[in-house]
Amino acid sequence: MSSLIESYAPYTGDDVINQLQELARPLKGLRVVHVNSTKEGGGVAEILHRMIPLMNDLGIDTSWEVLEGNPDFYQLTKMFHNGMQGDQVQISDKLLKVYEETNRQNAERLRDTLQQADVVFIHDPQPAAFLKLIDDRKGKWIWRCHIDASKPNRQVWKYLREHVKNYDASVFSLAAFAQPLPHPIYLIPPSIDPLTDKNIELEEHEIRLVLERFNIDPERPLLVQVSRFDRFKDPVGVIQAFGLAKPFIPGLQLVLAGGGASDDPEGQLVLEEVRAAAMDESDIHVLELPSDAHRTINALQRAATIVIQKSLKEGFGLTVTEGMWKRKPVIGGNTGGIRLQVINHHTGFLVNSPSGAAMRIRSMLKNQEKLSEMGVKAQEFVRENFLITRHMREYMTLMLSLVHGSKHRIDLNKNK
Amino acid sequence: MNKKTKTGPVQFKRGIQPFMVRDCALIALATGKRARTMKELRDYLETIAPESIYYHFWGSLLRPRFEDPEYHNDFASWCAHSLNDQVAAERLAVVDPAQFQSLEDLRSALIDILDERIDELDVLPTTNQDKQFEFISSDIVVFATKRIINEPSELKQVVPGLSLGSIFYHFIDARRRNPDSLDDFRSWLLSFGSSYQNTMLGVAEIDPYFTNLTTLRTNLSEVFSKSMQGGV
Repeated sequence: MSSLIESYAPYTGDDVINQLQELARPLKGLRVVHVNSTKEGGGVAEILHRMIPLMNDLGIDTSWEVLEGNPDFYQLTKMFHNGMQGDQVQISDKLLKVYEETNRQNAERLRDTLQQADVVFIHDPQPAAFLKLIDDRKGKWIWRCHIDASKPNRQVWKYLREHVKNYDASVFSLAAFAQPLPHPIYLIPPSIDPLTDKNIELEEHEIRLVLERFNIDPERPLLVQVSRFDRFKDPVGVIQAFGLAKPFIPGLQLVLAGGGASDDPEGQLVLEEVRAAAMDESDIHVLELPSDAHRTINALQRAATIVIQKSLKEGFGLTVTEGMWKRKPVIGGNTGGIRLQVINHHTGFLVNSPSGAAMRIRSMLKNQEKLSEMGVKAQEFVRENFLITRHMREYMTLMLSLVHGSKHRIDLNKNK
Repeated sequence: MNKKTKTGPVQFKRGIQPFMVRDCALIALATGKRARTMKELRDYLETIAPESIYYHFWGSLLRPRFEDPEYHNDFASWCAHSLNDQVAAERLAVVDPAQFQSLEDLRSALIDILDERIDELDVLPTTNQDKQFEFISSDIVVFATKRIINEPSELKQVVPGLSLGSIFYHFIDARRRNPDSLDDFRSWLLSFGSSYQNTMLGVAEIDPYFTNLTTLRTNLSEVFSKSMQGGV
């Protein structure tokens, strides 16, 4: 009988699937709980939507719990997020109390589940205070930080560190993001899933329909940036780059497509700034899409000539991964996880300013052959490194490592 | 056809065990040690855990990294791309970890190269904070698979389907575990006396360092396929 995990074999090869099945065997029956702050929108929720059923398919009893908060709580955690990325933020004691009270209420609601779990993954700062609030913990607790915390606002980090320092381990996407903590710090980049609506192959007809819906000309070059309307994603910088390149490529079109995440209260403000910057340029399409518009985003990325992700700060940049999976070269901001993916002259170009982006847009559009070659390399790079199967292998390895005492070499057969 | 099937019990020469295929997975850990200058790199190298040196030479085979066609270890690559010191990069790049008996010997060789280069330079190269060398370590988890190779002629069928983790464990990691730094394939074939000498020679000719695991798997498969065609 074919299992869910086996449906990935056409993308990864049988050997990868066999390895996951073997690795999962000693973890069978383990009870694992993930906790984050939103079911919809953002890379974390997307990964968990897929990883939970896949882990269960491999026999690891895995569940997902979501922390619930009021608008004040999400305003605060957005400030945490920005602060962790280095923004100067002033957080009032009143908001910190909201944070602690929201964590207390949610911890109470989830107490039994969390106490019984063998492994608990707490994602990002929102539910980080759970550890202090759950006593009699049975399992290992891991704080999974998805944010670029390489240069955090010291006040914000000082506060959060008190909540995360007693975890059994933490996970960061890159070594550069890791802050000193008194426990093992694992490094695991995130991933994309080739079988989701966001990434699955689409018929040409479906892509055409999406372009028609938004009045985009399929015959002219198209730049696409998909991301939340967030200043760190620099959508206004993308518009500036477009403005600098457009006189040289009059047919150039730009799509800035963003979806709202329920834990991001700043989005509307930034969207207004973006619309103001786009003014009445008819070849700039600012699209506010619902968080479940995955096939639409897929179609836009597939229709792109070049994918842009001109972030100023980036945790990892899964939209870069998505674009590369669709054989698109990427112009990416020279920051965070984008650097791990965009390799100059191979999978795209890293840029540091709107002028740099404009220059790369112009030069890349002059060489179609090179664009195709980069696209092929980009897809292969993602296939080998950033699909969900690699991510699962590393989560399972991490769990085995922690359960067996985090030694450098763990031989599961010797322990029997 | 002299191929034996896997269905019946195989008679082994006394003391020869079947080849139990194992697999491994690597997980990276931050050490918190970061170097911005060549001197800092050298000083950290003196005290860093041997697992970190292992990771920066061999770990690239099992982790996300765009293949660098010029530099096959992280120290060389960093000297080239972040310090812009091509001389140091070239000297570090030719260090072949497979040639060293222990990681301590390898550590010593790296420090010698850096000391020599530091002596040659009037001004030590440095880099930006966001291009620091991040010393990374790793945990390795080794686990059993269901595959058992009962006799050498089965290698040509089994090896092409092995995971890259198995290739790493048996062909690269084995050199740290076995006497004379042999990989597991040669170590096992050796137990059959001189019967598989040609095959062992073919395996010995595969350079594990200047390539990736997919290519290594292909190379091993070719050697087993070719040398086992008519027996040995």
